[in-house]
Amino acid sequence: MSEHISSITLYVSIWIALLIGTGLTVFAATIDLGPFNPIVALAIATTKAVLVVLFFMHVKYTHEKLTKLVIVAAIFFFLILIALSMADYTTRLWT
Amino acid sequence: MATAVLETGERETYLNREYGIQSWLLTVDHKRIALLYLMGITFFFFIGGFFALLIRLELLTPAGDLVQADTYNKLFTMHGQIMVFFFLIPSVPAVLGNFLIPIMIGAKDLAFPRINLLSWYLYMIAGVMMLYTILNGGVDTGWTFYTPLSTEFLKTNVVTAALAVFVAGFSSIFTGLNFIVTIHRMRAPGMTWNRLPLFVWAHYATSLIQVLGTPVLAISLVLVALERVLHLGIFNPALGGDPLLFQHLFWFYSHPAVYIMILPGMGIVSEIVCCFSRKRIFGYKAMAMALLGIAVVGFLVWAHHMFVAGISLYAALIFSLLSYFVAVPSAIKVFNWTATMYKGSITYQTPMLYAFGFVGLFTMGGLTGLFLASLGVDVHVTDTYFVIAHFHYIMVGGMVMAYLGGMHFWWPKISGRMYPEAWGRLAALLVFVGFNLTFFPQFVLGYMGMPRRYWDYSHSPEFQILNVLSTAGATILAVGYLLPMVYFLWSMRYGKPAPDNPWNAAGLEWMIPSPPSTYNFEEQPVVSWEAYNYDEIKEEVPVAN
Amino acid sequence: MQTSPAATVPGEAHENLALLHHFATPEQQKDAASLGMWIFLVTEVMFFGGMFCAYLIYRYWYFGDFAAASSSIDLTLGTINTAVLICSSLTVAMAVRCAQVGKQKSIVVYLILTIILGVAFLGIKGLEYKQKFDENHVPGQASFHLAGHVPRHPDLPVNQQHAQIYFSLYFAMTGMHALHMIIGVGLFSYLAYKAWKGLYGPGYYTPLENGGLYWHFVDIVWIYLFPLLYLIDRHP
Repeated sequence: MSEHISSITLYVSIWIALLIGTGLTVFAATIDLGPFNPIVALAIATTKAVLVVLFFMHVKYTHEKLTKLVIVAAIFFFLILIALSMADYTTRLWT
Repeated sequence: MATAVLETGERETYLNREYGIQSWLLTVDHKRIALLYLMGITFFFFIGGFFALLIRLELLTPAGDLVQADTYNKLFTMHGQIMVFFFLIPSVPAVLGNFLIPIMIGAKDLAFPRINLLSWYLYMIAGVMMLYTILNGGVDTGWTFYTPLSTEFLKTNVVTAALAVFVAGFSSIFTGLNFIVTIHRMRAPGMTWNRLPLFVWAHYATSLIQVLGTPVLAISLVLVALERVLHLGIFNPALGGDPLLFQHLFWFYSHPAVYIMILPGMGIVSEIVCCFSRKRIFGYKAMAMALLGIAVVGFLVWAHHMFVAGISLYAALIFSLLSYFVAVPSAIKVFNWTATMYKGSITYQTPMLYAFGFVGLFTMGGLTGLFLASLGVDVHVTDTYFVIAHFHYIMVGGMVMAYLGGMHFWWPKISGRMYPEAWGRLAALLVFVGFNLTFFPQFVLGYMGMPRRYWDYSHSPEFQILNVLSTAGATILAVGYLLPMVYFLWSMRYGKPAPDNPWNAAGLEWMIPSPPSTYNFEEQPVVSWEAYNYDEIKEEVPVAN
Repeated sequence: MQTSPAATVPGEAHENLALLHHFATPEQQKDAASLGMWIFLVTEVMFFGGMFCAYLIYRYWYFGDFAAASSSIDLTLGTINTAVLICSSLTVAMAVRCAQVGKQKSIVVYLILTIILGVAFLGIKGLEYKQKFDENHVPGQASFHLAGHVPRHPDLPVNQQHAQIYFSLYFAMTGMHALHMIIGVGLFSYLAYKAWKGLYGPGYYTPLENGGLYWHFVDIVWIYLFPLLYLIDRHP
């Protein structure tokens, strides 16, 4: 991986951001946002995941393009599994 | 560095470097691990073949008179599970891939030699678990483990079979991981991506599938085991579950799995066709991209195994369309092999006979896949012998022939001995004739309506003649498979010692001695030539020995 | 984790301590190990992905019953556990950083903190499981019963079969996650021992980095599990 050494300040900031995100998602779950509840929950979760990947897993500072390709590939094929399966389930009752 | 020489004066090879069972069971040499796999693969091939023989014997007569119905279910289940998970999936990557990839890229070993050995141990442990399953009464779910039959209704060894496949799956995952890292990180200087043999590209594409798809199979089997043991309802319609969910998860892996099985074979065929046509491959980049294309698009088509299972019509339409797309890169490959042969200087050694067989039979199998991708036709032929013939044309007519072609092509390199060419050609001919006699009638049977997995067809005695032909073919095929076993073993003692390059072929593996020394190369090669540089190799293929 | 010393290149002291014979340079070895770990994480994404797929499908089908079941698990414990895991990601990142800057004693401290937090997570998870056992929320048992009704629909009692599917997935997903945590704790125990032996420093900390990647991945799985399992429908 990269030789970049992140500062303690950076790590602590990310840590705090993650904790805030956790609190935020619990709070948002207690309000009625209609169809946006799951969207907000997943958006916060994804933001947290992105922070972990970029900063704790050092992907922001890597010189290795292959790492980013590998991550994209994993997400892509996971989404294919979900999307094409849901394509069946959401259309089963269509006439 | 001079060629290493042992105390006896012999040249050091990976075979004579160390003797004794410990030196094999604890080896991290990719070449020795390849041979360890070869023993396991061959063993399971004949076990799976034995079950096939029993199936064909039962089907000689319309009545179910050889075995009982439940036993017949076990026969086809275990034939399928063993052939798929213990032969087809590992065979080429674990034997030929393991042996050749480091050499072809100019490396001393794979990236993770100890994980390579772990992969072999996982395969063997899985094999023992599968043998236990067989000896303890077998399993009769069909190789597809469909729920709720497997989770709720059967009294057989479902959990042990599922766990055996689970463990074998991890063997496959680790091999794929090893190959990907090796090909990315261990190429010798000058060995750019565009100079890689297509055999390596094929294994790269295969490894992508192994790494992305097998984990989903693993989790599906875990859920089946949990459901069965804890009486959950995830896949049980009586408890609110959906059996189709299992099928989605299962086929998400198992369709790409068929590409795990065939892509390495395509890699072998490219190597053989170029050598025995004395030509560069036609359309190198297209061939490499087609391999990747098959791997990627292969992940988008899985529900074509579920057209009549109850998925929505709209999903079926999407999957049908995508299934047509996946045929395109395969077709490109067939065209390019043909174009490579065109105006080539062709000779008909055993490997080339198998390569010809592959190209023709794979094409037939692939074309019949298009029939199956069509929704209307599929409703008629699904779950009949048409499907069985389709996939056996690809797996046996294609994959097994490629495997045998590869074993013959690289046998001199692996063992340091030549196999007897006349016997090789005879066996290839028997395999070709036996194969077609076995499986062509099955296309007709399927179209006529004979269902698969039926032990008794006495309601349609007109099916018998085709079944008899099929069984006759299977007997010839069996002889064709046994012959190489015999003469390969014979050649290890009595075969002519092989030169470095018995075929005057291109590729790094032919520039080192046969058999190779433990670390493959005396000095790290620096590559400055393109793959398949047959225009620079003046010699022809030597006349058959 | 490849740490066994093999042939060393003369003249380059401890930096090549762990160079294995089939690699040409330490950089190649490090890059290979790194790529290997990332690809392993890809397999883990797909492994958990299958269960997430099952979850999404049944949540789509049985939203009301899933919401009721989700509201029955302990949100406080779940939130605390999320925080615990986030803290453990910080401590492991700090452990790697200490190796990078040469603070070898601190590596061990941070690894042990990570282990403690990991064990705490598992302990709290155990508490949650016990709660479920005590409340008869274990699927597949004849005694299973989730009382109540679909949120905001007092006329719709919870469908017991659908609720059991929720709990099947709850136990399967959190159980698989916990198994990965246990493996991670074991891994870090081994790494902590090696760190205590002084094996890691600015010239070589690849196993720490890769162990960290694994741990962060397990954290990310939980980052998604938490809202999906605990927060389906918690508003009045």
